[in-house]
Amino acid sequence: MSAPARSRPDTAGSIPSSDTRVLHFRDVAKTFPDGTVALEGVDLDIRRGEFVTVVGPSGCGKSTLLRIASDLSPATSGDVQVDAQRIGYVFQDATLLPWRSVLKNVQLLGELHGMGRSSLNQATRDAIDLVGLTGHEKKLPRELSGGMRMRASLARSLTLDPDLFLFDEPFGALDEITRERLNDELLSMFRTKRFGALFITHSVSEAVYMSTRVLVMSGRPGHIVGSFDVPFGTDRTPELRFTPEFAALAGEVSHALREGHS
Amino acid sequence: MSAPSRVRPSSIEGNTVTATEQGVEPTVQAEGELIAAGTAPLVRRRRRGSRLLNIAAPLAVFGVLIGAWYAITYLVLEPGRRFLMPPPQEVITEGFLDEQAMEKIGDALWNTIEVTFTGLAFAIVIGMAWAVAMSQAKVAERSLFPYAVALQCIPILALVPLIGFWFGYDFPARVIVCVLIALFPIVSNTLFGLQSVDRGQHELFDLHGAGRLTRLMKLQFPAAMPAIFAGFRISAGLSVVGAIVGDVFFRQGEPGLGIVLDNFRSRIQGPELFATIIVAALLGFATFLVFGWLGKLAVGRWYDTSRDGA
Ligand SMILES: Nc1ncnc2c1ncn2[C@@H]1O[C@H](COP(=O)(O)OP(=O)(O)OP(=O)(O)O)[C@@H](O)[C@H]1O
Ligand SMILES: [Mg+2]
Repeated sequence: MSAPARSRPDTAGSIPSSDTRVLHFRDVAKTFPDGTVALEGVDLDIRRGEFVTVVGPSGCGKSTLLRIASDLSPATSGDVQVDAQRIGYVFQDATLLPWRSVLKNVQLLGELHGMGRSSLNQATRDAIDLVGLTGHEKKLPRELSGGMRMRASLARSLTLDPDLFLFDEPFGALDEITRERLNDELLSMFRTKRFGALFITHSVSEAVYMSTRVLVMSGRPGHIVGSFDVPFGTDRTPELRFTPEFAALAGEVSHALREGHS
Repeated sequence: MSAPSRVRPSSIEGNTVTATEQGVEPTVQAEGELIAAGTAPLVRRRRRGSRLLNIAAPLAVFGVLIGAWYAITYLVLEPGRRFLMPPPQEVITEGFLDEQAMEKIGDALWNTIEVTFTGLAFAIVIGMAWAVAMSQAKVAERSLFPYAVALQCIPILALVPLIGFWFGYDFPARVIVCVLIALFPIVSNTLFGLQSVDRGQHELFDLHGAGRLTRLMKLQFPAAMPAIFAGFRISAGLSVVGAIVGDVFFRQGEPGLGIVLDNFRSRIQGPELFATIIVAALLGFATFLVFGWLGKLAVGRWYDTSRDGA
């Protein structure tokens, strides 16, 4: 086992072009102090403009993958390179601060990063507009529906204009209609911003619909057992879900998921 | 009945929102919504009923108490021993309406208020600093928390003579008694509040490189506000007790309610004694209300106070 390596970009680096690599995992493993081996031999590369989704059985280490990518928790071994200036991380629950209004919640990350007042205000307005929460700025999280809370959480990350976006089952708790609507909205954000995305989900259909590439993880210790390029281009509409091509690809992913599980 | 059905939606919203605030999974939330929709009118009625009950029931008990008071005065006590429990109207005429008695009580009240709030202010500053120190490092918590508990376990009354011995029998000694009595709820509630922050929210701050101070100001203190103010409210009441206890013991300096109480007792001035007791009780009640109100102002509407019945 080699010592884990982790590198960050030089801040003075060049302006990232649309296909610069933002995340690189080589042979990454994670063993928790209690001996649980969560990840083993994970290889992963994500460029800007790529939307990579990971599906896998519960407990296979998907969240651990994101925690390593965001440096919340270190890898035990392997090589991790994050070439993103700003990382957006959307948790499964919205983690809004209950005492702050929508507006103040969306401003939070800018405050933490010491963003200037006027640029923060502008970014906040844009982000709230982009997620469709205009008019709800003064509401408290407890006054929002689950879907609106998730929108606020998305907006909060958007203010930083991240080049790497990590999503940990962000829509898992929502009903299907809300989830599909948010899928489309996130896709349209992705089309305009072209960040690199690492998206975790339990839903094969969500994975295929959203991604440029779907990765299938095996049960613990998690490693990647299948990789599927999704050929549907960038302009996707909900009708795509009912095409034979979509069904065929979803079927392949499901099959790989079952294989990896047994 | 069209009025209740018009109110229903807001009460449904109130219910489900509380459920999700406590981290209930939204799939469950959908179920909760159905349940809430079914029971909302019932909940409404029960609530309105309970509001009426909130006023009527204590009033009824008040009536019973006054009745018992009269019964003891006129039926139990012989006329020669009625000074032990003068009837309510005498407490009013000879206590509250008597200029001389009221002047004494009024001055004493003012002195007691001064001691109470000076002590409380010190307790708040010391207690919060203590709690913040403990929240910053496990070592600090391990080494300092036992002393907070000790403070709670030692009967402060046992220390009062020593405090007088060391610090004299005047204003400072009284304030110290208040601080000792009022400190623990502030320490423990503030610490609890600061530590009650959700792990996910901490990780959000980790992700974005927040330092200790930022975390304390933008995350831990706001999250702790409801607990902190619950502590203040308890301590405010205790501080009134401390001021009166200190008074009774020290018997020197500007007389507060404790000294006046004891003087009326020793001079067998029943009505005046009762009037003073009522004033002391009202002072305790008023501080409780004031801090409840301040808490609501400081916390705002994000925290569902109906949960602890305030
Ligand atoms: N701090 C920890 N200490 C010990 N074991 C842990 C820790 N965190 C996670 N694990 C274990 O590591 C494994 C992977 O956890 P992880 O949260 O990454 O799974 P997941 O794929 O995200 O699951 P889910 O789909 O249910 O969210 C699990 O078996 C879990 O019990
Ligand atoms: Mg997970």
